[in-house]
Amino acid sequence: MYWAGAPNAPKTSRITRGAQRWVWDNRRTMADAELQIDLPDAPADSLTTEDLLDIYATMLLVRTLDERVWAMNRQGKAAIVASSQGHEAAQLASVWALRKSAPDFFCFTYYRDLAVTTALGLTAEESLRGFLARDGEPLSGARQFPQHGAAPELKFINHSNVIGTHVPQAVGWALGVKMRGEDTVVACFFGDGTTSQGEVHEAMNFASIHRLPIVFFVENNKYAISVPMSRQMAIERYALRAEGYAMPGTTVDGTDVRASYQAASTAVRLAAMGGGPSIVEFDVERYLPHTSDDDDTVYRDPAEIEEAKKRDPLEKLHALLSGTGMLSEERDAAMKKRARDEVNVATDVAEAAPFPSDEDVFRHVTSET
Amino acid sequence: MAVVTVIEAIRDAMREEMQRDGSVFVMGEDVGRRGGVFLATRDFLDEFGEQRVVDTPLAEASIAGIAVGAALSGLRPIAEVQFADFIWPTVNQMIGEAARIRYGSNGKLNVPMVLRSPYGGHVRGGLYHSQSVESYFAHTPGLKVVAPATPYDAKGLLKAAIRDDDPVIVLEHKRTYRSVRGDTPDEDYVVPIGSAEVKREGTDASVITYGLTLHYSMQAAAELENDGVSVEVVDLRTLRPLDTETVLESVRKTSKALVVHEDNAAVSVGSEVSALIAEHAFEYLDAPVMRCAGPEIPAMPFAPTLEAAYMPTAEKIAAKLRELVAY
Repeated sequence: MYWAGAPNAPKTSRITRGAQRWVWDNRRTMADAELQIDLPDAPADSLTTEDLLDIYATMLLVRTLDERVWAMNRQGKAAIVASSQGHEAAQLASVWALRKSAPDFFCFTYYRDLAVTTALGLTAEESLRGFLARDGEPLSGARQFPQHGAAPELKFINHSNVIGTHVPQAVGWALGVKMRGEDTVVACFFGDGTTSQGEVHEAMNFASIHRLPIVFFVENNKYAISVPMSRQMAIERYALRAEGYAMPGTTVDGTDVRASYQAASTAVRLAAMGGGPSIVEFDVERYLPHTSDDDDTVYRDPAEIEEAKKRDPLEKLHALLSGTGMLSEERDAAMKKRARDEVNVATDVAEAAPFPSDEDVFRHVTSET
Repeated sequence: MAVVTVIEAIRDAMREEMQRDGSVFVMGEDVGRRGGVFLATRDFLDEFGEQRVVDTPLAEASIAGIAVGAALSGLRPIAEVQFADFIWPTVNQMIGEAARIRYGSNGKLNVPMVLRSPYGGHVRGGLYHSQSVESYFAHTPGLKVVAPATPYDAKGLLKAAIRDDDPVIVLEHKRTYRSVRGDTPDEDYVVPIGSAEVKREGTDASVITYGLTLHYSMQAAAELENDGVSVEVVDLRTLRPLDTETVLESVRKTSKALVVHEDNAAVSVGSEVSALIAEHAFEYLDAPVMRCAGPEIPAMPFAPTLEAAYMPTAEKIAAKLRELVAY
């Protein structure tokens, strides 16, 4: 690693590794801010067979759960659902990269991150208690929409429905990490629509000035409810903005677990080594409407969704595992059955649970209540 | 005991808390080498270093948002918004987020942060350096809002705010910064959040006020004393949670209430105080609750004549008091 002023510090600082080109601003004018980190890409095989099978098992559980709550919405049982279908590989690859390269990580997530929260330990039953607004829901006591609230014990906060407010908060958490000299890497997840918020710009600017240990994971499914990416930004991929913040930024196929892992791992290790923030943009798909309250037939061509399904991350991971002999048909069937059983049991338990007591309504307004 | 100005008391409070607790730090525009545009953090950079005295970009929304995140992570940030007129970009984080995070996480999280900001006018500040912003924040459950008017209260309330486990908005009237002097004890103390104080005892009428108009109300009360009228002055000090008991106790004693503030009257702190008196002390009243407040115009104008027309001065308060006492 080279820091500014070191005898061996290079004059320019473009990080180029393998097939990925990390855009790093050579024109940065702050003389003391030049930095180059000798950081090899994570080899693709650094995700072991065991890892890939674990990711596959988690993805099966998340997809099964996602499909279940969507069905329960149509049955009138779950008030609102935002689907993670199409985003799962990017989300799980990010969590695996954090676990392997920065065990003290902390996540700020958003509403479409069911695979992140599940990978971090939120059980199907706990999620279902949230979707059904039942007592014992661990994130907010069923005060909030499903998946919202906090589980610091599982290393994540997903508090707000207001798009982008968590990005400066994640940066503030990273500032705390830096002030205390901790090894934590903060991960902040959000979608392509969020990138337009002014607070996101402010947060990235601050993170870069202070070279904070944070990775911005952008799950770009090319739609913010109905607004297509072409009306969200005038650039062809969001990661191009990274150069303006003097951060590395990359765009990767977010339906490919291994490619996503490589990109995420590089960014996480860069942050862990003191290299500061970076942007990892995952090119992902949204197979369902924005939420269960949305009707995407008025703005999306069904053929486009059919085309996008050719990139289904679950299908792709299944093909990888079975095609390379890592997953037999018997084991696949057993894993799918385990996911179904888990979701079935969780559904029964959650449906039998009562709603929260109305006495809870006045609790936790301030420290005095 | 030391006689200090309000701004010196604020500086002392922050310095002592930063010396006492390593998790306390300041952030905001110009808080570093400049020491803040009102010099609230003068010499802090030399004493505490860049890590704990953070000059931020000119971006209020993220000043608040980053402070919220730092507070969630276990620090105790004191974020400064240079003028309360610039506080609106923080509304998303303060009202939308900080106020709701304890509730929305079912008590798993809390936001122990302070947002300080100089507010108020009568300083030739014009529309954008004079605003009173308190009602917007005092309306919001989950926030605490204090508005001290003396050096003793400023130091004690700011220390209490820094030590509080919830988000606290500290509104400091900028005209009091250098014009108001007073004693502060040498030993450590806090003024509890949520406690009003009777600043002057009286028997014929109660003035309920806060901020700069406390001082104008005290002048008006002194003037009426010459006419043989005994006026009690209650300084709210905290605008959320309101110290209802101290207000009601005073009104039950004097049976007449005048609510005074610089903020305009509609849907204001004064509205709430008036409603509380009507609800809980109606049978004690010998006159309707009266108000002396800023007019229903968007903000305080710049020209001295226009500014004077806006401001509830000692003369206007005294006139209103005479009307109340004569009722």
